[in-house]
Amino acid sequence: MNRIINLITRQPIWIFVFICIVFFSFSSPYFLDIRNFSNILLQASTIGLIALGMTFVMINGNIDLSVGATLALAASLAVGLQPQLGIMGAVLVGLLSGILIGALNGIIAWKTGVDAFIVTLGAMIGVRGLVFIYTEEQAFYAYDLAYSDFGASSLFGIPVLALIFIFLTITAHLVLKYTIHGRNVFAVGGNRVAAKEAGIRVGPHMLLNFILIGFLAALSGILLSTQMGASTPNLGRNYELWTITAVVLGGTRLTGGFGSIIGTLGGVLAIAILRNGMNLLQVPSFYVLIILGSILIIVLFIDKRFSEPKGVGA
Amino acid sequence: MKALLDSFKPGLKGGEISPLQFFGKHGISVAFILCVVIFSLSTQKFLSTDNFLTVVMQASIIGTIALGVTFVVIGGNLDLSVGSLLSFATVLVVDLHDKVGPGAAILLMFVFTLLIGSVNGYLIGYLRLNSLIVTLGMLSAIQGITLVYSGGKNVDISDQENTWFAFFGREELFGIPIPALIFIVLGIVLQIVLLKSGFGRKIFAIGGNATASLFSGLRRNRLVFSTYLLSAFTTGCAALILGSRVMGSQNNVGEGYELLVLAGVILGGTSLLGGSGSIARTVIGVLILAMIQNGLLLLGFPYYTQWLVTWVVIIVAVWLDIAAKRGKLFSTY
Repeated sequence: MNRIINLITRQPIWIFVFICIVFFSFSSPYFLDIRNFSNILLQASTIGLIALGMTFVMINGNIDLSVGATLALAASLAVGLQPQLGIMGAVLVGLLSGILIGALNGIIAWKTGVDAFIVTLGAMIGVRGLVFIYTEEQAFYAYDLAYSDFGASSLFGIPVLALIFIFLTITAHLVLKYTIHGRNVFAVGGNRVAAKEAGIRVGPHMLLNFILIGFLAALSGILLSTQMGASTPNLGRNYELWTITAVVLGGTRLTGGFGSIIGTLGGVLAIAILRNGMNLLQVPSFYVLIILGSILIIVLFIDKRFSEPKGVGA
Repeated sequence: MKALLDSFKPGLKGGEISPLQFFGKHGISVAFILCVVIFSLSTQKFLSTDNFLTVVMQASIIGTIALGVTFVVIGGNLDLSVGSLLSFATVLVVDLHDKVGPGAAILLMFVFTLLIGSVNGYLIGYLRLNSLIVTLGMLSAIQGITLVYSGGKNVDISDQENTWFAFFGREELFGIPIPALIFIVLGIVLQIVLLKSGFGRKIFAIGGNATASLFSGLRRNRLVFSTYLLSAFTTGCAALILGSRVMGSQNNVGEGYELLVLAGVILGGTSLLGGSGSIARTVIGVLILAMIQNGLLLLGFPYYTQWLVTWVVIIVAVWLDIAAKRGKLFSTY
């Protein structure tokens, strides 16, 4: 019994994912199918890639609200610069823009000591402004079909974009679990002062994680634009909220020091499966919003009930 | 240069304050005056009563919401659901206007808006769940509820000329637009409530030190609950202005407002940790953002330049605030 409670409180989201799979398998004949599952993975990859970086940042005790805007900037650059730089050059510039914005956020958070919430809230507004100024509120189209062909390509019957997501998820898991940097992520998030006393260079460490999430947001935006063969200035709106939702569903605490990539993967899949399954059942997408919002609060409630010490002031 | 750096060091004699401390304390007023001076010098269209009223008018929707959110933030919580709630309330009041008449529509809008506010308040105040995540969940849920209610269609008021509902967004009193008047009057009332009433002082207490306030016998549950009712109420007022001005509504009209509201509150120097802040400074914060928007447009900059400037202004404002408390410009991490 204890083990069951332990499982429910540690990874309640995987149980939800399991229930979802069983439920949708029975209610829709199209759900339980390899092609549909690789479709789900493809849909999950956009939010999923950012969520990997967000897990690092949030275990650190920080947050990044600027990922949606970064995604749009990278996608716009990667599509918009193609006539001048060619596909490879434009994609590189796009990725570089994400790294730069991540670095900027990280340096500001490190040097000024302003809370990451505020730093990235500012960046979220400012970078979105940059996107609108650069694109002049126009959508860009990739005229070289090789670009969108990449987004539609498959390897062994699995979409390449889904494979990239799986590969990076495994990498992120290994880094977080088995490297010094990974252990420092937990140390800094658990107790920043103690981590500093123990000799961890907290500022540069956090900077690295901001660069990581900037890069992943840019990558996610570029891959999304290969799927569409285009980029729009409004791309990625609200993605920061979806990403945080996925990460929190996966059991990562906002206060830092606690979380896992496996949990995040569960959160990402829960959102994707719910959307896919409800879509197959032809439920209007409005209800997905209500269900996801409610699940987020319920997961929080379960987490609070079972795993936090009860104290007077808590 | 050395003198400048030295001036940032702590340890001055009593009575003197360093420039850093001065900026930390009065930075927002300095920024406000700086904004007015710079824009007045660079364009002559800026400094006029008409233009100032335009600025207040533009600020009124975000500003009205920010008044309630200031209470929530001082109490040590966040409210990210106000943008969705604004969409919900505006769609509701506009849609019901033709069905049950303006008076009943306004009443019902406030009932349902406060109901949603009380759900927030219950989850955060009584169940003590993390406010950021709860209101994030509510953001998504309210968006869904709005779409289910309207079926995804835009709503509008058919007879726009002959309804007294136009009062809130389109008319003037003593030459002042009603939206600006609602914002100002509500601001004054809430400033008095915050500073002069027991309720206001208790909000500061629970935000400043939750444990101490509990041992002092304050009912934190109920107080947090009421801050969320208050932010739902001011969001309802903003919906009144918005619905009446546009006489129609899209389902996502308030999307992203929660963060602009928060930007204004933060710019006003209210700490996200709770326990400090003021309505007057929130008003100045929101006005600065609106002034930047207005001034840059008058100067002929592209519309979105204001967002870039907002980015810089928010970070510099909070940085100076923190640096003043720390006594050092840069952090030690």
